[in-house]
Amino acid sequence: MHTHSSFQTEETQTVSLPVLPHIQIKDLNVYIEDKHILKNINLDIPNNSITSIIGPSGCGKTTLLKTLNRLMDDSKNVKVSGSVLVNGEDIYAKDAEVTHIRKKMGLLSQRPFPLPMSIFDNIAYGPRIHGERNKKVLQHIVENQLKNVGLWEEVKDRLDSSATSLSIGQQQRLCLARGLAVQPEIILGDESTSALDPISTQTIENLLIDLKNDYTIVLVTHILRQARRVSDYIIFVYNGEIIEFGKTEDILLNPQHELTQQYVRGFIS
Amino acid sequence: MSTIKSRLRKEKIAKLFMQFAGISITGSLFLIIGIILFKGLPFLSWEMISQVPQGGFYIGKEGGILNAILGSLYLAGLSTVLACLLGIPIAIYLNIYTNQSAALVRASRLLFDVLFGIPSIVYGAIAFSIMVWLGIRASLLGGVITITLLTIPIVVRTLDELLKTTPLDLKNITTSLGATKWETAQVLLKYIKPGIFTAVLLAFGRAIGDVAGVLLTTGFSDNLPLYIDEPAATLPLAIFFQLSSPIPEVQGRAYASALILTFVILFIVICTHILASKQKKHKL
Repeated sequence: MHTHSSFQTEETQTVSLPVLPHIQIKDLNVYIEDKHILKNINLDIPNNSITSIIGPSGCGKTTLLKTLNRLMDDSKNVKVSGSVLVNGEDIYAKDAEVTHIRKKMGLLSQRPFPLPMSIFDNIAYGPRIHGERNKKVLQHIVENQLKNVGLWEEVKDRLDSSATSLSIGQQQRLCLARGLAVQPEIILGDESTSALDPISTQTIENLLIDLKNDYTIVLVTHILRQARRVSDYIIFVYNGEIIEFGKTEDILLNPQHELTQQYVRGFIS
Repeated sequence: MSTIKSRLRKEKIAKLFMQFAGISITGSLFLIIGIILFKGLPFLSWEMISQVPQGGFYIGKEGGILNAILGSLYLAGLSTVLACLLGIPIAIYLNIYTNQSAALVRASRLLFDVLFGIPSIVYGAIAFSIMVWLGIRASLLGGVITITLLTIPIVVRTLDELLKTTPLDLKNITTSLGATKWETAQVLLKYIKPGIFTAVLLAFGRAIGDVAGVLLTTGFSDNLPLYIDEPAATLPLAIFFQLSSPIPEVQGRAYASALILTFVILFIVICTHILASKQKKHKL
């Protein structure tokens, strides 16, 4: 009993971070073609909340996001050192199974990119490659995920038509559903609303806010207002380094570091 | 303000040149088809496409070129299938499994470019010397192997260009859904499917029209090509032999043979287009 209470005080002291953060980044350094893109990143990303990565273009936001599901590995001349722990497991360990790691993280990319197949197959693609063959189960997954993103009513009569026949906002929701269909634990969003109109943007933002109850969400965004609207925590990255990390209101209203102040006030962008 | 005049003049000159090039080249192609039709149609008969050469065919007597029609179809068909079976995996490997900036990858791209441009007589000569060394005589098999080697670079380079230009997003998406590289490759192939048909057509076109590559390796035969280890006739060679005859009847049949070859290619092109258009349903 006693240890339990001391546990709680410790927890409240460290800005209510959970005991075992979902994602822990330790001494992460990334080089692309000998350029030092990410420098000594140390970070604990909180569970069941939305964390936004903000910072000027070219500061390494997207690289940071992509190192989380090892998408950087496929780019040429990339060197990664340090470790990223997901549920305490180092995904950069030598014996780490890459496809399994990636399955845990749903990526929502900058512009919606449906796979060249039907609406149904887009959602079913993930479960299928992970071995789900049962047609009833697949139908169930597709229906559930489409309902999850509020697309079911709009597309239930044309599941067999090409996914490109959807509007761009619908496509992005489809992509979100496709990512959720493989039952990830983490959602990574790479400026996921930058190609969308304001209404579709709002839909996606609201969806993400709903989803944070079940998922840990990390977003890259260059829109400060969006970071304010959706995120619980903000990471400010500048020139490959984490300058400041904290609760949204702290970062936006009371930034400690000079660079963060300048960025938040719009002097650097 | 004077610049707008010169810009419009440039526009006019460029357009005129395009029209000139377009009309003159299309016109010449129609002229070629017209000549083949004009010279070949009178000699085209059911006998031509349903019989093999009988005694005295080459001095203008009865018989047909069924041996060459079938020979060409077998040769081009088999070579194209083999070239795709080997070329598609090469293109996938080059694009998905390798580090794009590696020297070896760049060297193999260069190599395929060179192979693409090597004349078929060189392939024929090399294959012929290997066949002599191995003690194999001119045969359908020899031709298939030679023409396959000739068409692989076409398949590889065409698909390579297509795969290189597929959006990185597509790769990232399947990868982050937990797909293996091979599963990603399957989606990419689906994405470039219409392009695969183009590659197949290009390969088939080169295979069925080639003379020099088959001259030394396939030989010629008046019999139907029933066995893969025996010499086989091909349409381009049949046209060549008949055309070099001084007898007008035989020369006419050469044009009729050319007409048949053109129809065979036309038929294959149409079939491919129909197949391709049916596949496009979910293309982006």
